[in-house]
Amino acid sequence: MDAVKCEGLAKAFGKNSRKVTALNRIDFKVERNEIFGVVGPNGSGKSTLIRILSTLLIPDSGSASIFGYDVVREYSKVRRLINRVSVDAAFFKGISAWDNLRYAARLYGLNKREAKDRSLEILNALGFAEKRFYEPLEDLSRGMQQKVAIARAFFTAPMLLLLDEPTTGLDPRSKMDVQNYVRQAMSGNGNDLTIILTTHDMKEAEILCDRVAVIIDGRFIEMGSPSQLLVQYDKPHLEDVFLELTGREWKEVEDEY
Amino acid sequence: MNIRAQSYGSIAFVERNFALVKRYIGWEAVFLSYNVVNALAIGLIGTRMGKEMVLYLVIGAMVWGFLSILFHEISESIAWERWEGTIEYTFMAPISRFTHLIGNCFWAVLYGVIRSSLILAIVVLFFGISIKTANLPGLFVILIVSGLSFVGLGLVAAVLPLLSTEKGAYATHILEAGLLLISGVYYEIDVLPFWIRPLSYLSPATYTLRAMRAALLDGAGFHELLPTILLLLVTGLLLIPVGMFVFRSAEYYAKKKGKLKRSG
Repeated sequence: MDAVKCEGLAKAFGKNSRKVTALNRIDFKVERNEIFGVVGPNGSGKSTLIRILSTLLIPDSGSASIFGYDVVREYSKVRRLINRVSVDAAFFKGISAWDNLRYAARLYGLNKREAKDRSLEILNALGFAEKRFYEPLEDLSRGMQQKVAIARAFFTAPMLLLLDEPTTGLDPRSKMDVQNYVRQAMSGNGNDLTIILTTHDMKEAEILCDRVAVIIDGRFIEMGSPSQLLVQYDKPHLEDVFLELTGREWKEVEDEY
Repeated sequence: MNIRAQSYGSIAFVERNFALVKRYIGWEAVFLSYNVVNALAIGLIGTRMGKEMVLYLVIGAMVWGFLSILFHEISESIAWERWEGTIEYTFMAPISRFTHLIGNCFWAVLYGVIRSSLILAIVVLFFGISIKTANLPGLFVILIVSGLSFVGLGLVAAVLPLLSTEKGAYATHILEAGLLLISGVYYEIDVLPFWIRPLSYLSPATYTLRAMRAALLDGAGFHELLPTILLLLVTGLLLIPVGMFVFRSAEYYAKKKGKLKRSG
């Protein structure tokens, strides 16, 4: 069974002249235990796709299913299988990492000890100092807050993890810590994990993803494994593939949005 | 998810709100002081008319404070979650909306009863009023049972910040104040303009204020309070499902229109 299956998925916001098409009838499948990357500039539809898969947004047409469960009709079953990291670490910033994680743990039915042990294990692997665990999140750097967000997503042991630009805005060290942890989690014994990763960072997609889809204006304009795309377009890097596909520099498109 | 897991889910909101109260304990002290000073100031207006009038007015201040806390904890917690951006995480968690809202409401009633009790105790000490003849257990039963009706109304009000964070928060305050105005917060409802009075009879706050005054001033026993207790209970049991239905409908609309994103 496919981990994710989307058929004709479409979503637009606004009306008449102010209508913006966020997703334009996209079709794709993600296999179990795969890391599937979605790369594209801001406003290309990446977060809309993640929100639909997270059961937070209802598509206008088409369908999306996760391990066979429809994200609209069977949302309660889907929610047991997924978790998510968004670009901004959304927390109650006045309270500590532990208070926030304990709250999340309760929502996912984990007991306190289990939650604490698992989150500390993940945070240690991410290079997060344990003594900061009890400090208000507003006193932690953006990178440290994002590591807590990563712990919140991983400690519930989801079968599908939706990583929506998890490393955007992080310093190079924190970025590397997060990327290493994702690789480690995928290779861990007995892990049954599938990841959809959206990113601005073509290099990140190249090193982490089994397959990559390039999204522009709500459409997948290309899809394949990084190595396959590099061979197909005879280019050294995914950024060059992007240039070939759109006739524009990746940086140029990023700056536009 | 089973019942144990759902009750774990409800506890999450109680623990989280307790952690937030601890974190902002300074502000809690400020708001409590403000409520106490407000109750004392209103009580002082009645001193020349006797201690009964002081208690009559203080009950109004107590119910106002109780209602404010309930609306704040239920409705404004949605606004707060939208500002912090946590609402998407709360909404995608594998708990039912019932579990989510009941957890929030349980905390709101618990916290409201504790704060109201403190205000009453301070006022009684300040004015040196004897409440030996008062039916205090009856007073708290009324407060708790009325909490069910207010929770139902709070759930309806919570829809407003769900759909529009800032404007929704404004509207919630207006709704709360309007409810108290029509319910005789510091006066009998017969002093209201005749065209407002029909609304007074529809407000659960009207019956709450009357019954609390009867319990505190006249020492009304449970047998006398029973009709009001039953009325408030039935109203609460009707309003909570209505509130849940309205909230779930608004959630569907928000998911259709993409309104659950961080705001602010």
